[in-house]
Formats: sequence, structure tokens, C-alpha cells
Amino acid sequence: MSGDGSDPNGPGSTPDSATGALLDAARRSDLGLVLGTLLVIYLAATLLTFTNGLNSVVGLLRTLTFLGLVYALAALALNLQWGYAGLFNIGVAGFMALGVYTMGIVVRSPDPAFGPPGFGLPLPVGIVAGMLVAAVVGLLAALPALRLKADYLAIVTLGISEIIRLFLQSSSFDNFLRGTLGVGTGGGRGMGMPQNPVRELFLVDGQAGTPTAFGELVFGALGDGGLGISNSILIGWGYVAVLAAFVIGFYVLLERLGRSPFGRTLKAIREDELVADSLGKNVNLIKIKVFVIGCALMGLAGILWFGSQGNVSPTPQFMPLLTFYVFIAVIIGGSGSNTGAVLGGIVFAAVLFEGPRRVGSALRDVIDAETPSSFADALVSLDPVSLLAYATDNIAPLQFVLLGFVLVFIMHRRPDGLLGDRIETAAAVDLSERPHGGETDE
Amino acid sequence: MGTTESSIVDAARGRPGLLLVTLLGGLLLVDLAAKLAGVSVGPLGGSLSTGRLGSNLWNGLVIGLVIGLAGIGLSMTYSILSFANFSHGDLVSVGAFTGWGVAFLVAGFGDIPIRTLLSVRDAGSATSGDIGAHILATPGAVLLGLVTAFVVTALIALALDRAFYKPMRDRDGISILIASIGAALIVRYLLQFAYGSDRRGVTASVEASNLAFDPLGLSVNAHQLTIVVAALGLMVAMHFMLQRTKLGTAMRAMADNKDLALVTGIPAERVVTATWIIGGGLAGASGYLYVLLRGTIQFDFGWLLLLLIFAAVILGGIGSVYGAIAGGLVIGIVFTTSTIWIPSDFNEAAAFAVMILMLLLRPEGLFGGVSTA
Repeated sequence: MSGDGSDPNGPGSTPDSATGALLDAARRSDLGLVLGTLLVIYLAATLLTFTNGLNSVVGLLRTLTFLGLVYALAALALNLQWGYAGLFNIGVAGFMALGVYTMGIVVRSPDPAFGPPGFGLPLPVGIVAGMLVAAVVGLLAALPALRLKADYLAIVTLGISEIIRLFLQSSSFDNFLRGTLGVGTGGGRGMGMPQNPVRELFLVDGQAGTPTAFGELVFGALGDGGLGISNSILIGWGYVAVLAAFVIGFYVLLERLGRSPFGRTLKAIREDELVADSLGKNVNLIKIKVFVIGCALMGLAGILWFGSQGNVSPTPQFMPLLTFYVFIAVIIGGSGSNTGAVLGGIVFAAVLFEGPRRVGSALRDVIDAETPSSFADALVSLDPVSLLAYATDNIAPLQFVLLGFVLVFIMHRRPDGLLGDRIETAAAVDLSERPHGGETDE
Repeated sequence: MGTTESSIVDAARGRPGLLLVTLLGGLLLVDLAAKLAGVSVGPLGGSLSTGRLGSNLWNGLVIGLVIGLAGIGLSMTYSILSFANFSHGDLVSVGAFTGWGVAFLVAGFGDIPIRTLLSVRDAGSATSGDIGAHILATPGAVLLGLVTAFVVTALIALALDRAFYKPMRDRDGISILIASIGAALIVRYLLQFAYGSDRRGVTASVEASNLAFDPLGLSVNAHQLTIVVAALGLMVAMHFMLQRTKLGTAMRAMADNKDLALVTGIPAERVVTATWIIGGGLAGASGYLYVLLRGTIQFDFGWLLLLLIFAAVILGGIGSVYGAIAGGLVIGIVFTTSTIWIPSDFNEAAAFAVMILMLLLRPEGLFGGVSTA
């Protein structure tokens, strides 16, 4: 936490490079906080599954880390818009869908074995195109919408996200695209995603059974030849490493942005738009810029997240619920804090998203009773055990109820998030303590 | 628009967009006329029977009344408590499930297990035909269900307020909005937990329930007629409550200027309570009627309807009860008549687009500037 005064260089010292920023973050124990949280989560997950063998432990850890990192990515992008500039965008799902769908359309082969055709361009082109489309739609949305009050902006962005989803869902739109551009979205059936390059790092052409030299090495040490972890889980961990690199990249980018003059203007706008305006800042232009950057990052987050899942479909993947997940992650961490966003993403994914399901199914295995076919049946049976069996078998809705309570609780008790006591350095130097003085970063 | 210089400048700035929208609307009207006449001039025109237009308009009117009814409550809480209530859609679902549970209980009592009836066919194997709930077959049950929907939803709305929103009265709109998203999740998924997640049929089919108006080619369903009567009845009652009673006057005062209302000694908390009771009750009633119209029920239908309700409220101008009704009608008619021009996949998108256009061109709504409560 930035408030702890153990930092010898002063918290305001500027990171001069990406690694410098990382080290700086580690010194201020933010990185330690994130790693510590991950460690606690790993321990709990291991305790829950160690009886099933190493393979399932490593698999669960991979799932948790994957989810934690993708939520962290999305939360970081949202934090830029909401935490820094106060733009209440609840269309996150729509912008992520735009990113991943554009990437799919650009990269998919022009005459695939099944599914809609694409342009057949290389993957990096697809990723850039995905970010661009998300950014352009963000721009179109932002240009007029930012004149609106915060809650109107919320409704407009939610509407835009639903319009995007309805378009992707529509078979008429799919046919229209096929007729005009020769590419398609796949409509409600969705679209297969291009091969993950990480897979090709391990396997020649991504074909199972033909490992590359690197794959041979890894599979030999940790897989069948060594510890017996399955190959797909090992490849999954490879992708997790890529995601971690992106999270760090996002983090460094946002930290630097936040400390730049631009970032300070953003925070000024969030705190008091009128003052920023009076001081001659072009409030609307800055808002549009930050909205567009945030949307591009959301597009990238969508690509990294759903692009790696094999298949995307507009419903239910890109329902507004996805947006609320990301919001909960940001709120848990405390809006405005990048470390909080990463931490919130990890905590949300493990404790609120994946945790209840695992605990529920573990409990279900312990209960020795048949599951009633409905809640009414469970109630009528007047048997607490069968009610519990029903509850643990229907853990998904209860999990959402829990999420709702968490949201309300945080808004009531800790509106600034878990890291609520964090002192945010809106100024270039931390004004609460200035051990050496005289430092500036401009 | 006002008369000050800045608002004139604003109006001028907004004009190109407004002009474009007016032109587009005019084009659509010309196209519609050409379609009706069966002429085609270039891309315009085509063919469209008056019967199809008539039934589109009629369906739009019915859906619009239901949406408008739900919008009244949303508009009231928005103006009096100053936050966009994202749990309003789930209040709509609450009304539908509890109301239909009671309607089933009355309609099918004796032959079918009570748990099947009260859980709206989640438990047990009875079909909706076995229960036979229909306005012509069991009018008493359907009416009692409507009353139940109103009462139970009002109570739940009030409970949500006491538990979640009351401690946050002095907070900013966005914080309460986020809390209302939490409340929405709680309500929606408790409904799923208690009533199951599958979509199921509710109303039975009764022969000769369609009344045809031949000259217009219209076919009017007995349920649609019920909805129109019930929704209009509730709206008229709402109108008299707002205009003739002391409570209504206090509500309008709170919506117009909260500080002034407090200074004049209006008991704010009592007005807020009444707002939740009336707004929540109307939401529940509209959910019940929506299921009567569609014939099916699913735990998240209210949430899916919420954006349309927001669209109606924004269209009419937030805070205006009459605006919400008018906005509901516009949204309903856009929803059904847009299929003349675009594939039916997009009718919802068209309604959202109308809402977004409205917000951009005239954020104060159709009836903006005049707060009638």
C-alpha cells in the first residue's frame, strides 16, 4: 500500500522504464500484495483438490490463474475509464465482443471447413484490427454520449453493448456480411477462434502428438515423462504466462498514463469537472481520448480472453452480466487503483466466480441424498438434508445472490474497495509525506 | 427549449442531428405510404397490407402499455430518489412469478398439487392446459393474480429499499445505481433458485378467444384486451392519485424540487415509502400482464425487459409519469412496426437506437422541461 512509509526512495520517485515501474511497484509491496493473494488462493485450491492428484490441482490452479488474469485485464481497462476519468461505461461486454469478433473475422480462413469465412490475414493484424474496431465504436459512442450525465451514459453504453450483441446474434447480419464482404459472424451459433500461437510453441502446427523441441523438453520434464501433468494443462500454463505479461503491460501502461500530466488531468476531471474546465483543460477531448483508449484495451482484453477459448458465441458469453463481473472486480479492488483492479480481478475470479462452484460441488459429494427436482419439492420434503442437496446442486444462482450481496455490502461499508485506505497520488508527488522534497516528474 | 442565449446555442448545435432524424423519419413515412399504396419508386415502396400494419400497431400498443406501466415506477424512483434503479426489471419478474403462482392456485386448486401451482409449474408435471388459467375460463383467478402481483411486489420493493437503499439516501446516484445492480442480482437469482430456470408456458389456450375486426384485418386476443383495460385502469388511477390527493401533490413536489419540498415540510420518508409501494406495485402488475400477453415465463424476462423500460422512461423524460406512458407506447410501436423495414432480429436494437438518439438529441425527453411528477 502506498501509505506505508517504508519506502526509502519516496513514493513519488518516477519509474524511468517498464522494469523500473515494476520494481517500484514491488518495492511499494503492491506486487507482493498480488502475489500473496495468489498464494493464498493457490493454497486454498490445493487443499480443496489435493486428494484428486497433482494433475487436477495444477489444472485447477491454471483455471483460477487464467480467470484471475483475464478479469484483471478487463478490470484494468475499465479502471482507466471509470476509476481515472469517472466515465461509467457499462458496455464492457460489447466492446470485448467487438474486439474478439473482429479478430476472428480478420484471421479466419476464407474458406474454412466449417463456420463463417474470414479474411485469412495474420493474427497480429487481427488483434490490431480488433482493437481498432473497438476503439472506433467507442469513439462513435463517446462523441455525443459524453455530454450526458453519468447515469445516462451508463444506460447508453448498456444499450450499445446490447445492440452489438443483437447484431452478432442475428443471422440476417451474418448473411448481409457474407453477401457484401464475403465474411460472416456465424450468428447465434458463434464462430471458431483461430489457433492459439502458444499451442504452436509446444506442438508442431498445433497437432497433438507432434511436440516441438521446446514442447518435448517441457512435456518430458513435467508431463508424461516427469510429473505426469497432462499436455493440455501445460500448454494452458504457457498461455497463462502470456496473459501475465499482458497484465503487466496493461499495468505499466496505465500507471505511466496515470502519473503523466494527462493522468492528473483525468483525475481532476473525475473529482471536479467544472474546476478542470475552468483551468482551461479541454474536458470533452480528454474524456473522448480516455474512453477510446479504454475501449481499445477492452477489445484487446476480449481477444486475449475469449479468443483463447476455441469458440465464441454472442449469447450467453457477451450478456451484460459479463460487464457486471468486471465491474465487481474493479469495485472490490477500489476504483482508481490499478493494483486494486488486478487484485480485484484475481479475488473475484477465485473467491466469487470459481470458488462457490467448487465448494458447492465438493459439498454435494459429501451429502448423501437425492437432489429434489425443484425448490418446491425440496421444501415440501421438510428435510433439511434434501434442501441442502438442492442448494448445493443449484449453486450457480446462489453464487449470483452472493455476488449481489457483496456488491451491496461494498457500496454500503467500503465504497472505496478492499484497498480503501490507499492514498491515491493525484498529485505528482505524494503530498502526505515528502521525505526529500523538491522532486518533480515533469 | 429555454430562452437564454446558451440554450439557443445548444439548440442550434443539436439541430443538424435533429434535422437528420426528422428527414429520416419523413423518408420512412413516405416509404410506408408507398408500401401501403403498393407503389415502388426505386428503393422506396413495395407492398404492405393494411392488415399487417394494423396488427403491428395494435401489438405495439399492447406491449407499449405494459412497458409504460412498468416505466411509471422507474420514472418515479428516478426522479424522487435520483438514481437509475437497475433492479426495477427484476421487480417486474417478481410480480409475474408471485402473481401467476396465486392465479394458478385459484385456477387449478384441488386437482393439482399446490407446490406445482405456487411454483408456476416448476415442480410436478401438470401442463398449463391442465391448470387452465385463462381470462375467459378463470377470470377470477387471473384478476386475483394481478392484485397479488401488485401487493407482493410493492412489499418486496419496500423491503429492498429499507435494506439496501435507505442507508444510502445521501450518497451519489452512481453508488446507489451500483447497489441496485447488486439488488437486481439478488432478486433475479433468488427467483431462479426458487422457481427454476426454464422457460415455460403459463396461459392455457381457450377456443374462440380471438375477436376479429374484419374491416381492419385485425385480430384482437382476449388477453390483449384484458391488458389494455387493466393497464389503462391502473394509469387512470395513477393520474387521479397524482392530481387529486395530498400524497400525489407531495410526490410531484418531491420530484420537481426536493429541497423546496423538504423546506415546506413534506414528510420525505413517507413520500419515498409511497413511491416504492406504487412504483413497485405497478412494476409487478406490468410483469404479470406481460406474461399474460406472451404466455410464457422465465426468471430473467424482467431483466431483459429493463432496457426497453429505460428506453421508454428516457423517451418520455425522466420524472414524468405521463412521459413514461407515452414513451412506452412509442417504444412498443417502434418494437413492432420496425419489422416492416428491418429483420425481426433487430427490433429490439431499433428500440434501443431510438432511445440513444433521443438521449443525444433531446436528453430531457419528449415532455422534458415540464415535470408533471
